[in-house]
Amino acid sequence: MDMRVNNKEKMKLVMVGNGMAGVRAIEELLKLAPDLYDITVFGAEPHPNYNRILLSPVLAGEQTLDEIVLNDWAWYTDNGIKLHAGWKVTEVDRVQRTVSAENAQGEKVTAPYDRLVMATGSNPFILPLPGKDLQGVLAYRDIADTQAMIDAAKKYKHAVVIGGGLLGLEAANGLMKRGMQVTVVHVSEWLMERQLDKVAAQMLQASLEARGMQFRMSAQTAALVGNDSGRVSQVEFKDGTQLNADLVVMAVGIRPNTALAEKMGLHVNRGIVVSDTLQTVTDPRIWAVGECAAHRGIAYGLVAPLFEQGKVLANHLAEFGIGRYTGSLTSTKLKVTGIDLFSAGDFMGGDGFEEIVMSDPAGGVYKKLVLKGDQLVGACLYGDTVDGSWYFKLLRDGRSVADIRDKLMFGESNIGDVGHQGQSRAAAMADTDEVCGCNGVTKGAICKAIKDKGLFTLDEVRKQTKASASCGSCTGLVEQILMFTAGGDYSATPKLKPMCGCTEHGHQAVRDTIREQKLLTVGGVFKLMNWRTPNGCASCRPAVNYYLISTWPKEAQDDPQSRFINERSHANIQKDGTYSVIPRMWAGETTAAELRRIADVVDKYKIPTVKVTGGQRIDLLGVKKEDLMGVWKDIGMPCGHAYAKALRTVKTCVGSEWCRMGTQDSTQMGKDLEKAMWRMYAPHKVKFAVSGCPRNCAEAGIKDVGIIGVDSGWEMYVGGNGGIKTEVAHFFTKLKTAEEVLEYTGAFMQLYREEGWYLERTVHYINRVGLDYVKKKILEDEPLRQALWAKLQAALEGEPDPWFDLQDAKVDTRQFEPLTTA
Amino acid sequence: MTAWKEICRVEDIPVLGSRRVARDQGIDVAVFRNDADEVFALLDRCPHKGGPLSQGIVFGTSVACPLHNWTIGLCDGQAQAPDEGCTPRFEVKVDSGMVFLKADELLTHATDLTRSVAGPVLRKTNTA
Repeated sequence: MDMRVNNKEKMKLVMVGNGMAGVRAIEELLKLAPDLYDITVFGAEPHPNYNRILLSPVLAGEQTLDEIVLNDWAWYTDNGIKLHAGWKVTEVDRVQRTVSAENAQGEKVTAPYDRLVMATGSNPFILPLPGKDLQGVLAYRDIADTQAMIDAAKKYKHAVVIGGGLLGLEAANGLMKRGMQVTVVHVSEWLMERQLDKVAAQMLQASLEARGMQFRMSAQTAALVGNDSGRVSQVEFKDGTQLNADLVVMAVGIRPNTALAEKMGLHVNRGIVVSDTLQTVTDPRIWAVGECAAHRGIAYGLVAPLFEQGKVLANHLAEFGIGRYTGSLTSTKLKVTGIDLFSAGDFMGGDGFEEIVMSDPAGGVYKKLVLKGDQLVGACLYGDTVDGSWYFKLLRDGRSVADIRDKLMFGESNIGDVGHQGQSRAAAMADTDEVCGCNGVTKGAICKAIKDKGLFTLDEVRKQTKASASCGSCTGLVEQILMFTAGGDYSATPKLKPMCGCTEHGHQAVRDTIREQKLLTVGGVFKLMNWRTPNGCASCRPAVNYYLISTWPKEAQDDPQSRFINERSHANIQKDGTYSVIPRMWAGETTAAELRRIADVVDKYKIPTVKVTGGQRIDLLGVKKEDLMGVWKDIGMPCGHAYAKALRTVKTCVGSEWCRMGTQDSTQMGKDLEKAMWRMYAPHKVKFAVSGCPRNCAEAGIKDVGIIGVDSGWEMYVGGNGGIKTEVAHFFTKLKTAEEVLEYTGAFMQLYREEGWYLERTVHYINRVGLDYVKKKILEDEPLRQALWAKLQAALEGEPDPWFDLQDAKVDTRQFEPLTTA
Repeated sequence: MTAWKEICRVEDIPVLGSRRVARDQGIDVAVFRNDADEVFALLDRCPHKGGPLSQGIVFGTSVACPLHNWTIGLCDGQAQAPDEGCTPRFEVKVDSGMVFLKADELLTHATDLTRSVAGPVLRKTNTA
């Protein structure tokens, strides 16, 4: 029952601050609980919420102030939000729970609150220099500053920007574009020292110098000197030199705006200290979000983390109580038109790190990748940044890059073999890849919006998906997607990517807990691990069910309702709701009797399509669900598991029995492998192949396990894949006997079954843990290998064939017959 | 007053599962049961590409379509945002452990909607 409906009086939510982070949180709140609060917002600036990041393009004359408004006045009215824009909050009484504010005219207003959100943002840091209060000395933070700079550029000539960081360079670029002579004064040896290494920074400086920007590096400002009318005229340095300046912009950093919070007695330590739910640690009625909030000691200044915080805050304000913000990894892009620059992570390197560097100063391209062990931990790109988001993804996922290390520098388009060449960058992205890091919009989401909603312009895409609507760095990418879709994708925390929205736990944590706590039911996992939803979702239930049955075979309770329909009906659902049936044909060998039975079944059940598969089997397509049990019985061949996350096919060539080139009996080897490992559920589908000689007619190089017969025995390959991205299998080891092939293959499979994450193919599993790790376990540790092989055999011992042992396989036969009303 | 038609017992539907009810005309009606023994009924057809919702995974008060994983609300038949679409819903009554649907709805409700087709019927007929 919804108690809130009966409340005549809504709760009062007051927000101090009308900036991007706070208003985003309100937007998210309105989506979740539109009627929960009476909302009042106080904003010190006399404007509705606008995109502060886009002040630089406004300064540079590339956009207008109107274009950067995110929520216009009407949005506040339409959503019933009372906005006091141009009112500065002077006091908050936490006992009476009231907020008092004052406007420029000295008028006062007071608003009571039940819940309060502090979103006061940050203030620019003003160097305590003599002359800092002179006319013409500005910070660069809001619309008023920007407008003052635009006005100054009309009247004056010489501008000095103090601070060679991101903001300072953007300000300098804008002023230059408005016709001023600009000198950037920077205290460090190179520009943007927190985002760039020295080489990249020097290339950036050279490029800006070529545009006419001037620099004073390693320079310490001593004082600002004014003229008779009280306006700044010169900048004086500690070495005694001077520089003419009619305008001085200080861009030396920002500080969380915590003055009000301190006055209210909230705990402040480099920001208003908040928990993972964004609640202040001082007062449970008060939350803080955005640049003013210190989460785990960090006050974030970039938009992506702040929007993540907004989502979490909204969730708690809406009384759902299930979101946690656990911190963000951030990357940097410079918004100076014509300069491509990207950095992320630990890009400086040093002791204990390895660096891969490509430097072409004349060509204006520099790339540095920093690795620690097998992981990419940092990247700094100048000139060619198309692979920035790919590197950022590798960085966040923390996956091993050992297998692609030699190609890493050349970018994503050089990994993989088919289907990606000659396409534009956006086309090479997967649907799950993030395009807009600020708003967490994937390529798939953009494509879908474009197609479903018939979008044609960048603005429409921005409105519908929010992609490129914040910092705008991904605008080019979105335009590319728009081009090839209409014409012709949350900054997650590394390693802690949750399985799905139902939990905060990742796949590994769930696997570990099931093993350590010996959990045997899906419900048990949900309960112990505090699942947020009562019975999970279509994404986590199949994964958890697999982890249970693979970790505790014969003990865990297999839940058919937690399996996809294919593994419940033991056939493969088709687009019209009928099913396909693929009987097992051991190693692709069949007989006249089997073919006759198949032919008879096709006639009897009027099956519309019969097709030979790529895995050397026969597919019967268009079988009605009511007919499935009859088809299985009449064919009288074992289940092919062509629908399951399990061992599918073992493809073989004819081998030495017939082939004049054959060195080994590959067909028999294939049958032995298939008979040993069929009915084996796995994290994803598994395909084997066995070739009788190195000519490799069975295409063993693109299978999860590929066996190739040579004169002296068998070569074993692992981790191949013929899917979206062709992955050539790695050579694993050379074996002498068929018994060894069974043991090594079985042990590898059991390792994958026990450690793989659900829906992770062997190639992705190996990439995650590293081939060396798998070799250590299987090749170097004989007792472990034998134990794994024994475990797999024990797990498969007596496993039912779901087409014939329906009861043992827990097949709910009621599903095959519809209910009738007769 | 319309007549209620007896369909099955609640236990005939698996927990967090579904059964389909055949009709003389039109696509089947899918009846769902959640873990609180509540029963819901929707046309067995996803608003996206016509997938049979009765074959999907049931969780909370939603079902995931088996074809492309759209999430459809069991109470109202609405697709979960950002997807858009709605599946016709049917009134259900549970009385003493028996599930009932309305006779007139079974007979006439949403009988015009059809299933997607697949297979050789899609091939262009060879006129040569």
